Amino acid sequence: MYSEKVLEHFRNPKNVGVIEDADGVGTVGNPVCGDLMTMYIKVENDRIVDIKFQTFGCGAAIATSSMATELAIGKTIEEALQITKQTVAEALGGLPPQKMHCSNLAADALKRAIADYLKKQGRDEDLKRLGLDSLPDEEEHDDHGELCPM
Amino acid sequence: MPYLDYVAGSPVDERVVEEIVKYFRHPGNPSSVHSLGLEARNIIEEARNRVANLINADPSEIIFTSGATEANNLAIIGYAMRNKRRGTHIIVSAIEHISVINSAKFLMKNGFEVDYAPVDKFGKVRLDELENLIRDDTILVSIQHANPEIGTVQDIHEIREIVRTTLHVDATASLGKIEVDVERMGADMLTLSSNDIYGPRGVGALYLRKGVRVNPIVLGGGQESGMRGGTENVPGIAGFGKAAEIAKEEWKRESERLREMRDRLIEGLLRIEDTFLNGHPEERLPNNASVRFSYIEGESILLSMDMEGIQASTGSACTSKTLQPSHVLMAIGLKHEEAHGSVVFSLGRWSRMEDVDYVLEKLPPIIERLRMMSPLYMKKKSGGG
Repeated sequence: MYSEKVLEHFRNPKNVGVIEDADGVGTVGNPVCGDLMTMYIKVENDRIVDIKFQTFGCGAAIATSSMATELAIGKTIEEALQITKQTVAEALGGLPPQKMHCSNLAADALKRAIADYLKKQGRDEDLKRLGLDSLPDEEEHDDHGELCPM
Repeated sequence: MPYLDYVAGSPVDERVVEEIVKYFRHPGNPSSVHSLGLEARNIIEEARNRVANLINADPSEIIFTSGATEANNLAIIGYAMRNKRRGTHIIVSAIEHISVINSAKFLMKNGFEVDYAPVDKFGKVRLDELENLIRDDTILVSIQHANPEIGTVQDIHEIREIVRTTLHVDATASLGKIEVDVERMGADMLTLSSNDIYGPRGVGALYLRKGVRVNPIVLGGGQESGMRGGTENVPGIAGFGKAAEIAKEEWKRESERLREMRDRLIEGLLRIEDTFLNGHPEERLPNNASVRFSYIEGESILLSMDMEGIQASTGSACTSKTLQPSHVLMAIGLKHEEAHGSVVFSLGRWSRMEDVDYVLEKLPPIIERLRMMSPLYMKKKSGGG
């Protein structure tokens, strides 16, 4: 079902963990749906110098998190914003179609971490310029009667 | 390497393989009048005797099908279609196999009313609720003997006392594991699967008590007493017969052996922090250990175990084609996030105590590793949830 590359990242995920004094934190997903991930970034001169993730989810969720961190590290925030679900999936040699939407959340988590970083810096102009000023709320909800919207 | 996924598929017993091979090249069609036809007829009738003998039925009450799914379809749809003049209400339990649930849904689209009998948190059918659901126009109640996913065994005998209409019992998961006796259960129809007793796939049967009538759903040349059309799968049926004969001989000993391994497995699994048993603690299949690990997701547990050579199943939505968690786990009241972390270990004829010990040695680090990656676990550890 999974490519060798996905399995490799699942087996040995890169950059797992928490950055205690992170400059930006982004969380997406919902435990009800079976996937939840948090991305932590450390930024210097608008360049991502460290990145870590934590993920609750399936093999694809863990592998895409790992791959997204690998793609993002060392990049400027503007370059990192170019990373999409497709980029991550391609870098992994593809994902099963049913996993593309529900488990491929890492690019979104990264985007949110970058938005959080800019917000903390009070850079409203940049937020607007980069289209990060109106990301929908990602409230965790406990309503387990609700099915995943994906 | 420990294969603990007998619930998904079982190896075929070598003695059964021999029986199948013996007839694999046989050209006879059981409907033919010549001698080779007669031979083929005798092969399937011998198999029918063996299957009937396993469940204490008369051979004339056994209808061979392509498997348990078709047998369930025939029992639900075939019975309802045949008997709709008596009433159009049927009841199935909330934790039936998907082939029963989908048969019930099909009937709903075709003018029938369906009620789902709820279960308690252990997966036992609530007898009081079941009794309340039964109406004058209820023509059929379908309750499985045991659930393959959570292992819970129903008291069919007690259910029989309540159900005064026709009772169908899906015995796919229980056959060969615990006693399945149609007389003692009082079942009017009973579903059987060949592979679950180490016979070939693609073969099953429906027991139809004398006098119980169904409409065939596979239409053909009147085979199987007119209940199931299509030229009989002679070698497959012969293999099912052999598997039934072996099961009859060995199930009691086998059941004891499985129970010992299961108990050790469950005990060891529950020693892992924040791990809970699914299903009934005592009234469960001797080969089933179903548990849920908090804070992590089942598919990643399965993948990690597979890398260590261990195979099992999960009720997590992430592995299902519909991306919905198992309806069984929902029916026993689990939250979605609990269902996601569920894993079913199922033992069988070739399982050994060493397999159990191997799993118990390899699993704790796997769970630990995935939890260390999980934001839910870290949140809990820091007292946040």
